[in-house]
Amino acid sequence: MSDNQHSTDLTTPGASQEVFADPGMPEHKHRRADHEPAADKRAELQVVVLFVISILGTIGSLIAYFAFRPDGTTDGTRFSTLTLGLGMAFALLGIGLAAVHWAKTLMSDTEVSEERHAQRSPDEVREVAVQKLQDGVKDSGIGRRGVLKGAALSALALFPLTIAVPLVSSVGNDWNVGKFRHTRWEKGMRLATDPTGRPIKAADVTIGSVFHVIPDVSEEERTSHEWITEKAKAVVLLIRLDPRDIESDQSPKGQTWSHEGIVAFSKICTHVGCPVALYEQQTHHLLCPCHQSTFDVANGAKVVFGPAHRPLPQLPITVDDEGYLVAQDDFDQPVGPSYWERLK
Amino acid sequence: MKALAARRHHRLAPVVLLLLALLATGGVYALLAPSPASADSANVQDIETGKKLFQANCATCHGINAEGSDGVPSLVGVGAAAVDFQVSTGRMPMQMNGPQAIEKPAQFDAEQTAQLAAYVASLGDGPAVPTADQVDPSQGDPASGAAIFRTNCAMCHNAVGAGGALSEGKFAPSLMHTSATNIYQAMLTGPQSMPVFNDANVTPEEKRDVIAYLMEQREGSAGGLTLGGLGPVSEGLWVWVVGLGLLVGAAVWIGAKSS
Repeated sequence: MSDNQHSTDLTTPGASQEVFADPGMPEHKHRRADHEPAADKRAELQVVVLFVISILGTIGSLIAYFAFRPDGTTDGTRFSTLTLGLGMAFALLGIGLAAVHWAKTLMSDTEVSEERHAQRSPDEVREVAVQKLQDGVKDSGIGRRGVLKGAALSALALFPLTIAVPLVSSVGNDWNVGKFRHTRWEKGMRLATDPTGRPIKAADVTIGSVFHVIPDVSEEERTSHEWITEKAKAVVLLIRLDPRDIESDQSPKGQTWSHEGIVAFSKICTHVGCPVALYEQQTHHLLCPCHQSTFDVANGAKVVFGPAHRPLPQLPITVDDEGYLVAQDDFDQPVGPSYWERLK
Repeated sequence: MKALAARRHHRLAPVVLLLLALLATGGVYALLAPSPASADSANVQDIETGKKLFQANCATCHGINAEGSDGVPSLVGVGAAAVDFQVSTGRMPMQMNGPQAIEKPAQFDAEQTAQLAAYVASLGDGPAVPTADQVDPSQGDPASGAAIFRTNCAMCHNAVGAGGALSEGKFAPSLMHTSATNIYQAMLTGPQSMPVFNDANVTPEEKRDVIAYLMEQREGSAGGLTLGGLGPVSEGLWVWVVGLGLLVGAAVWIGAKSS
């Protein structure tokens, strides 16, 4: 049975036959390799050459592995990976190209069409399947053994708790959701440089300076596993402006949250929590690198551009007896983006 | 015209002569005062020549006594480091007004730059040009520099110092070709949009560590082509254009009939 005849059989009897005549398969064109022995030989040679390239690539890769071990320098590592990779690339590319070329030039290329099965199973098969299901339900007695049904459903419903409880719990660690509202800052805690942890004297913060600040905690705490979580909430950007440039800050009436032009704002963006740290000294604008939210440091970190909705929370600061900058208290509101428990 | 007239007026005024004498004594005092770094090369002659250079090239904007004016900073107290940074990178004298002064071939040679710096340093105490030892990358620790750079610099200048965009046409320049001295000076003086990182914030040793880290980035990445170190931007362009192009080409070749 020729393919052309086969494909005409596909047309269903009915109206469509009158509208569209099935053109059938285009006439099969023979390749040069099919009837010219020279072309056949040439194609075979090409495939062989491609496989040989692959073999050479494999050998080259192995040679490179032993000959060019990374010597610890940037150049050495780069050369080692380059030669290894080139060898592998030729090895795999050779096999791939050879296989495709082989199939295209030497293997049979006559067009074949096959009919699809109907999607719907035959009626008798469907009946048997439904019957088996019904037999199973009847055999298990789920209809009349009510307790058993309840127990089975309970077991299935409860199992996901083994995954869900630790997962939810590890978010808050000890179920204390209130922790989200507070950071490590507390009254009298000194401001220290990130990452070196040196306490900062107010006199050292010259106008135009930007300090990346962490709470001055013990070395032990700073190297603990929990610290990374605490730091992620508590990081602060400390900036000294010319006091004449400051239009406003977030101090409530009767309190001073800044110190002689030194202001400290949370570094966690109120949009989605990226570290806001691109500070333009001349415009007093603070940019978030993720979505270009821009805060005006001279004006209480008010949002002047971008998707952030609230100003960056300000850390109330003052100086202690020795001249070091200290926090007056924790932030008066949760830092970072809004979340469900947030009151403000 | 106005500046010219002002200059003539000053040249003729005996008051200015007195002022000059005062400045000169001030300069000499600055040399003898306990700021050793600014004292090494500056002498009265340099300050005088620097003043002439300043009045001819900088006074139009910065004022005849470097006092600044609306939108133009005063240079009293900015120190030799700021002058050396701005002039040796060609940012000053400024070519034209724009979002920020851009780098261009320096207009003054090293000697003239030093004379200008000496003059400005004589106007008021400020950071001095760092010594060769202070900016020697071989004495710095690149690993410590990387930690400092990540926290303080990378948000604007990119993780490997490839630079990045700021707002309204301003940008943090690439540090790939900046000299070690200029890097140090920029941290110390905070040019233009850049904040100041004084020695209490990033100590001189840490500044040298940062320089060591940045110099190491110039050797390229052990991972191969860095594509400018720009991350997803250039890598994405490469993957979508070159990578996908190759795949489309391969698919066309596989699907095409052999002749």
